[in-house]
Amino acid sequence: MAVLDPTSVPAVRTPPRAGRKIPGLALIRSTHGLQRAMLLIGIGLIAFFVVVALLADVIAPYSFNAIRGPDGLFGTQLPPSSAHLLGTTVGGMDVLSRIIFGARTAVLVVLLATAMSIVVGVPLGVFSGYVGGWVDRVFVLVTDALYAFPSLLMAIIVSVMVSRGQSSAFGGIFAASVSITVVFVPKYFRVIRNATMSAKAEPYVDAARVAGARPARIMFGHILANVSQSLPVLATLNASEAILTLAGLGFLGFGIEPTAAAEWGYDLNKALSDVTNGIWWTGVFPGIAIVLIVAGVALVGESLNDVLNPLLRTRGGATTADEAELEAMVRSVATQPTMTDTARAHAPPSEQSPAPPSSDKEGDER
Amino acid sequence: MRTSRGALLRYLALRLVLIIPTVFILVSVVFFFMRVIGDPITAAQGGRLSPEQLEARRESAGYNRPVLVQYGEYLSQVVRGDFGTSFSDHRRISDVLITNGAATLELVIWALLVAFLVGIPLGRLAARFHDRIADVTIRSFAILFYAAPVFFVGLLLKLLFSSKLGWLPSSGRASTDVQLALDRQGSTTHFMIVDAIRSGNGEYIADVLKHAVLPATALGLLTAGIFIRLIRINMLETMRTDFVTAARARGVPERKVVSRHAYRNALIPVVTVMGMEIALLLGSSILTETTFEWKGIGYILSQYLLARDFVAVQGLVTAIAIVVAVSSFLVDVINALVDPRVRY
Repeated sequence: MAVLDPTSVPAVRTPPRAGRKIPGLALIRSTHGLQRAMLLIGIGLIAFFVVVALLADVIAPYSFNAIRGPDGLFGTQLPPSSAHLLGTTVGGMDVLSRIIFGARTAVLVVLLATAMSIVVGVPLGVFSGYVGGWVDRVFVLVTDALYAFPSLLMAIIVSVMVSRGQSSAFGGIFAASVSITVVFVPKYFRVIRNATMSAKAEPYVDAARVAGARPARIMFGHILANVSQSLPVLATLNASEAILTLAGLGFLGFGIEPTAAAEWGYDLNKALSDVTNGIWWTGVFPGIAIVLIVAGVALVGESLNDVLNPLLRTRGGATTADEAELEAMVRSVATQPTMTDTARAHAPPSEQSPAPPSSDKEGDER
Repeated sequence: MRTSRGALLRYLALRLVLIIPTVFILVSVVFFFMRVIGDPITAAQGGRLSPEQLEARRESAGYNRPVLVQYGEYLSQVVRGDFGTSFSDHRRISDVLITNGAATLELVIWALLVAFLVGIPLGRLAARFHDRIADVTIRSFAILFYAAPVFFVGLLLKLLFSSKLGWLPSSGRASTDVQLALDRQGSTTHFMIVDAIRSGNGEYIADVLKHAVLPATALGLLTAGIFIRLIRINMLETMRTDFVTAARARGVPERKVVSRHAYRNALIPVVTVMGMEIALLLGSSILTETTFEWKGIGYILSQYLLARDFVAVQGLVTAIAIVVAVSSFLVDVINALVDPRVRY
């Protein structure tokens, strides 16, 4: 936790930034070559979208739901021109303005969803991992079931449930965030629970117990501090998925009402019918915005993972975060209950779960 | 040998038994989530009917009884394989599952084909030329494939190949006349390509294939991005193992080391990840099907959701939950049989 990138999503127990020289500089310094380029591009993209989101009111030529300017109606499906740099939509709104305000929606939803997922998932994971026994088994069973289910589908169901026709800007953003949170809680739960399982076998936990610390203090003082190291990486990796989920919800019409806030996925849905008529500007530009912000967050996530999780780093920095995640995915797919390698190492032999392919590199093909 | 087989069987039996709680949890979660909104009739007709009419409809459908009673009834229905009848168009959900499920399965198979054809060679190439231009380029593409939502890729494909170039159709599973001709054929398998082949008409086959190209590419590229990374990382890891070094030391040519030793081992995890992919593909197929008006499960599900037909939604989601649970079990079985390294 010594280094934290300024753009990383807020994590539990993030040390206060005041008093530090330039946060994130140490992180950039510890990278090299291609990795540094990836990190810098990622940070640049995120910074760009955050600035756009913050200054949306200032830089957007029109409001996101304006259909008329001083000279009357804008007109619908106008190609890019000096009045409308990126053209207008089928609904007669300015494409550029909707993209700019869409950045604000995306950033807000990601921040809210990540914060909520951490607040719910992390304590649950620590508790379940520490208490163990049947409580843990039930939690693992339920979260594994939710984890296996198509996440977008779950998000849709929750969004229909939460929104119930609310159309205020905040209501919509909140509903979308809750939908994404429900999808992400199992992910945070799994990682934190597994980390807790292995942390609780450490001598310092025994020491605290012997010293008379109460379980709550051990869980949320000692263990949490140690297992929360994986949070920045996890949060960044999930943030890119959160944006994609938000866009997917909007595309299917279960997101935020178009009059309440601008949302890229919704605009892409409306652009689908334009495409058949050769109108490209209504779909291409919001789509590029999604690709850029998701790629930016993914690049930072990969680099963060490489730097902050030296355990995952292989010689020559070949493993990136996503690949590590894929590996974890491969590993966990057949395990029941799921355990990380470290957790497995601490488990008695009889409880060892099956470890699919990539975990046993030393032993293969001999 | 004997003990290990016993352990294998015990493990598989345990996984089989675990399907039940998994499905049970998902069905329960979905049931209670849906009921938070209210009963299906109020949800669908609220505002359109008078309160008295609404009450009468609710009573005749049994929605005025305690939720737990309805829950028990729903569970027993599901156990009997009865997923109910849709509220908006009175179709049996089990029929919808067969008709639209075949369409989704067809799309997923095409997409996997694209993913294999694109993802495996590229992943192999990236590993072979590790940290050189080819590797960097391919990895950048993999990130782009990941970052681009499937509906945006679909939109771009439609724009280029359908709208600008006019080479390929932009939506549907077949042209209207072909669709009608195939339907008239009698006993349909719901797999468009199978029906077209059975008709023996080359034009029909070409038409059906043409319609599949764009959706399969959009969904396939998404999966290809994952395959690229997976193959690449696994090959790189295998290349560092002792047996590869030993092979090199014996003088085995590098090309052979890559293709024989590293590549084959890197393929195993693809089987495993495909299991995870089923959930992802089902989720993404909702988006792909909506983009291309491909009338599969995802398309019909979003139609029912927009119509607020929650009886149909609940039935379809329950069925998807069962498919996900069973397929993850099957992948575990395949995985246990294919990979001797799996411990029990």
